[in-house]
Amino acid sequence: MVKLLVDIGSTFTKVVAVNLDTLEIVSRAQAPSTVEEDVTIGLRKAFNEIGKEVDISRLQPGDVLACSSAAGGLRVVSIGFVPELSCDAATQAALGAGAKIVGHYSYELTRQELSEIEELSPDIVLLAGGTDGGDRRVIVHNGTMLASSANSKPWILMAGNKAAQDDLKKIFQAAGRDVRFTNNIMPDIGVLSVDRCQKEIARIFLENIIEAKGIAKVKAMSSGILMPTPVAVLNAARLLSEGIRSDGFGELVVVDVGGATTDVHSIASGSPPSGVIALGMLPELYVKRTVEGDLGVRYNIDTLVQLGEDRGILAQGAFKREMKKFSSAGTLPENEIESDFDMMLASVALDTAIERHAGKMDVVYGAAGKMLVQHGKNLTDVKCVIGTGGPIVFCRNPRRVLERASFSEEKPNNLKPKNPGFYLDERYILYAAGLLAEVDAGKALGLMKKYVRQV
Amino acid sequence: MGKQITVITGTVGFDAHVIGTKILSHTLREQGFKVIELGIQTPPNDFIKAAQESNADVIMISSLYGMAEFDLKGFKQKCIESGIGDTLLYIGGMLAVGKHDFKEVEKKFKDLGFDRVYPQEVDLSVAIAELRKDVDRKSARRADRR
Repeated sequence: MVKLLVDIGSTFTKVVAVNLDTLEIVSRAQAPSTVEEDVTIGLRKAFNEIGKEVDISRLQPGDVLACSSAAGGLRVVSIGFVPELSCDAATQAALGAGAKIVGHYSYELTRQELSEIEELSPDIVLLAGGTDGGDRRVIVHNGTMLASSANSKPWILMAGNKAAQDDLKKIFQAAGRDVRFTNNIMPDIGVLSVDRCQKEIARIFLENIIEAKGIAKVKAMSSGILMPTPVAVLNAARLLSEGIRSDGFGELVVVDVGGATTDVHSIASGSPPSGVIALGMLPELYVKRTVEGDLGVRYNIDTLVQLGEDRGILAQGAFKREMKKFSSAGTLPENEIESDFDMMLASVALDTAIERHAGKMDVVYGAAGKMLVQHGKNLTDVKCVIGTGGPIVFCRNPRRVLERASFSEEKPNNLKPKNPGFYLDERYILYAAGLLAEVDAGKALGLMKKYVRQV
Repeated sequence: MGKQITVITGTVGFDAHVIGTKILSHTLREQGFKVIELGIQTPPNDFIKAAQESNADVIMISSLYGMAEFDLKGFKQKCIESGIGDTLLYIGGMLAVGKHDFKEVEKKFKDLGFDRVYPQEVDLSVAIAELRKDVDRKSARRADRR
């Protein structure tokens, strides 16, 4: 039997056709996404391409699984109290739920900040602040501001001090506004508890947001949008790392280089090596996602070129003509120089994104002499780096791009993976495996082991 | 009796001494306090952030490498700026390098804004009794203000 695994992206709608009996990818197609007019147009085009290679005439909607990051993705504003504590916790919780963080605010919101949030008009406002039994002043202030907001479109999810719940319920009720509640994502200092919050975000996405964005229309042609695309990739990464009966790849990092952003997903404990203290007030999440919104290989060409020059990856003033051409979405390289340019952009994006995601080791001097401290997540023991995203998968030398993920003696305090194996999601199926895992984890894992190739 | 008293503990600065703060945290828990244990090598600002989010009643800083005065200059002012000027500040341990007169050290830290200062040899039950007294006094003052 054949299943169609769909990703409705911001630029392209991609479809992978998998034969579940032989665990083979039997076809792949993509068409420009058509969310503004009617999302099913682009989807139908892609299906038609598939239909030329495989007989899909007898497929039922239930045989089509879909995810999406279209219409700006799942746009979230995170609000907390102290930036390095509840505010950061909210941002991390939302990122792990596949969100695009369009704003983050700390302390008590001002009127100006409320206007900004109204202007941003996110899909969800994630409101945190205060440990359980701790500060309630800030979250109640912020809740009161939000309840009075002129823009009632965003869904509000309260994930802060549980002692403030009753008051906030009353405040929102009095304002005639809906609000959802979940457990405190930071119930105590040094504790992150994000699972239920992420499930609630998923629920809000599925029950409301995809409808509002016009992508729920695919319901007639599929089993509906099951999750935001980043969650499909995250789920796939976790499954590949852990396996089903301890038969996974172990700790790993997935880098997804895209036109608008570069995302990094690490499945690793990230704990410091022996003798090193971990600083930082929040624990590192075992499943961690970061999104670099300034490292997209189409949207951020100027930034990447500048970074490339700074890092010595790119000569000054090279690729001037290519820079102009590639500034529009949907452009693919057509000759060798353009391919080189594309590969350079991907290299810079990957190098920078992994550096930012990984932790840093610093030397500090105490009374007892030199000491080593770690900020962030230690990825030096991760032995598996997987590249995905068109710009890596379709470039001429993916291995050269992926090597940028390695630890380097020139920057020894960047805790990037030391001598990892490099893998390529060359059939661009990570998201597909993440979707397939919803109905058959075993086959999804098998699919990844078959097609995520060492390079 | 009143709500549970929340205490932040930790060793400040680049000081890896752990025993003092661990014994303190353990004893406090046994006595029914809620303890947020930040551990060793805690930057001064982290005490403040933790106190803000948890609405802590008291910050009890341990220091055993003799550099606490250097670490905590301006600490009380930072607390006030951060909205936790009411939070009690206690410090204990080896608070100066080499031979020193404890009375002088005590005065130095009280001038820095600490409410209570203890030497290494402190009897924790005495310190805890003083803590309860201080917290009761603070609540009474707050009730009077209303």
